[in-house]
Amino acid sequence: MTNSVKLTDVKKSFNGHEVIKGVSLEVKKGELVVFVGPSGCGKSTLLRLIAGLDTPTSGEIHISNKDVTYAHPSKRGVAMVFQSYALYPHMTVADNIAFALKIQGLPRAEVDAKVAEVAEILQLTPLLKRRPKALSGGQRQRVAIGRAIVRQPDVFLFDEPLSNLDASLRGQMRVEIARLHAKLGATSVYVTHDQVEAMTLADKIVVLNAGHIEQVGSPMELYRRPANLFVARFIGSPNMNILSVKVAGAAATTVTLETPQGLLEIPRTGVVATNGDTVSLGLRPENLHVAADGEASHLKGHVVLIERLGGETFAYVALKDFGNDPVIIKLSGEADLHNHQEVGLRVDLDRAHLFDAQGLALGQPLGAAPDVGAGHV
Amino acid sequence: MASTTSHAPDAGWRKHLPVLNALLRYGILIIIGFLMLYPLFWMIGGSFKNNHEIFSSIGFIPKEPTLDGVINGWKTSTEYTFATYLINTFKIVIPKVIVTVISSVIVAYGFARFAIPGRKYLFALLMATVLLPKSVLLIPQYLMFREFGWLDTYLPLYIPQAFAVEGFFVFMIIQFMRSLPLEMEEAAVMDGCNSFQVLTLIVAPVILPAIIAVALFQFMWSMNDFLQPLIYLSSVEKYPVALALKMSIDVTEATSWNEILAMSTIAIAPSLILFFAAQKYFVDGITSGAVKG
Repeated sequence: MTNSVKLTDVKKSFNGHEVIKGVSLEVKKGELVVFVGPSGCGKSTLLRLIAGLDTPTSGEIHISNKDVTYAHPSKRGVAMVFQSYALYPHMTVADNIAFALKIQGLPRAEVDAKVAEVAEILQLTPLLKRRPKALSGGQRQRVAIGRAIVRQPDVFLFDEPLSNLDASLRGQMRVEIARLHAKLGATSVYVTHDQVEAMTLADKIVVLNAGHIEQVGSPMELYRRPANLFVARFIGSPNMNILSVKVAGAAATTVTLETPQGLLEIPRTGVVATNGDTVSLGLRPENLHVAADGEASHLKGHVVLIERLGGETFAYVALKDFGNDPVIIKLSGEADLHNHQEVGLRVDLDRAHLFDAQGLALGQPLGAAPDVGAGHV
Repeated sequence: MASTTSHAPDAGWRKHLPVLNALLRYGILIIIGFLMLYPLFWMIGGSFKNNHEIFSSIGFIPKEPTLDGVINGWKTSTEYTFATYLINTFKIVIPKVIVTVISSVIVAYGFARFAIPGRKYLFALLMATVLLPKSVLLIPQYLMFREFGWLDTYLPLYIPQAFAVEGFFVFMIIQFMRSLPLEMEEAAVMDGCNSFQVLTLIVAPVILPAIIAVALFQFMWSMNDFLQPLIYLSSVEKYPVALALKMSIDVTEATSWNEILAMSTIAIAPSLILFFAAQKYFVDGITSGAVKG
């Protein structure tokens, strides 16, 4: 039993409008999979289909190798943590956690023991007698998680569980969820629009856009080797810089690109392109550097805006003759730059990305294995 | 803005302005409030007057307080005491309140949460019944209940309520339910509840203020209802308070107004007691449905 959740060509329409356009996906046992995408991409709908709160228009959903496409939510072995916590306001914390077990008709002693155990795990024991309205946001979220844990489901579903919390608490709860997942090892599907949550929590990220999957992969895989422009733009903050260039020649291990500032040769294998094709060159802000005086540079431009965040600085550089929006460069906090300064930019050419006119990745970087652990957001 | 300016020599009186303002406001409110409640005070005072004093003075404090009105009023001019009529009233009102609450909540839940085909039109129809004058239904309903053989029983007075015929109550509860987060009910579904359990274990406790408001409204309206009992009840032993009071005006030539006032006072007591007991929830129920986001 390696699949915990399996979606087969799942489609969902609301009033004739197709929201999920054929999604197939496998989630392995014990994996934490994050659905990420812009609002309206269908990620919450997909989660609700897995939860059983909606039924798919077509396709199949298997959980623990059982077909649950049309099964009642409580019969699927899933538990869900909602964005708004969705606690029962008229019940105490203990009753909230115990509710599902009571509905199942478990004996009282067993229910009490399980509630006590869960409360211990989530440090809720002193709060068990309180009502939800007497709890802080973080505590409510823990109760919501406790309510899911107590049922010992095969799969946990999280629907943007942290988006109602303030920034510092969100960071704290993110760590707690990661710790909890490590401890319980339960299969989890987690929906978020926050790519930091996605990158830090996920074993596997599913990038959704307009009801279909753009790419599935580990966080670093998506970061290093986005399959298309959408993923490239979506993952990473600030966004990847995209420059429109033309192919001037493709060899076995290099591609020569014609830019308004001259030729640029990037190492890349397996690129199939005709000379003169317009392609998109993707450069992450941290792969662009300001060249020191006298140092050779690949691109030239002038600084139009500097954002200092303290620890790091983002510089917006308008490239000469490109006509693009300014590119963003990530520099150290102390970077010595000022507006209107003419700068030369050095590019980590081996980290450059290339996409064809359809937005699909062209070829592969040399040495395909992504070096996990390199600095990312 | 009336702020105190320390350097102006004649501005000293301005610092008393808030007190004067409050005195003026509360003075006016107390006077108007007293005027509005005066008939009520007069009724209570009249219960302890003798019959000719009632019409000889406008004041509500009895000059020669007497319990005659209460004692004779309680005995009534019939063979039954007023207690019988009070009990009769409760025999109508209590089942009526219970079935109203149950049916209204169930119907409201249906409208608020289920995609019933034609829901919009059914809801419009329900709302239309709120505008329909009750009296147009009297004759067809009377004929119907006569066929059922329910005349001179309490059934016609509360059985219709089991079908959520009070559109106003249904509407009120629907509005309240709409303010509830759907996720709460979905969480209950995931926890294993069926629709009925979601309603009884989650939704009903949460909308308790609305339910109490409905119960209170129905209680008060039914206590005061005169027309329906008049139409359906023919034996005096089954009369509720409203009819009994009217009866004591009819039967004797010289009406003992002090007795009527005394019994009226007793008759409104249950509504008043219930209202004040549930005031907190009642006020919540009227306002929170509208205000809660």
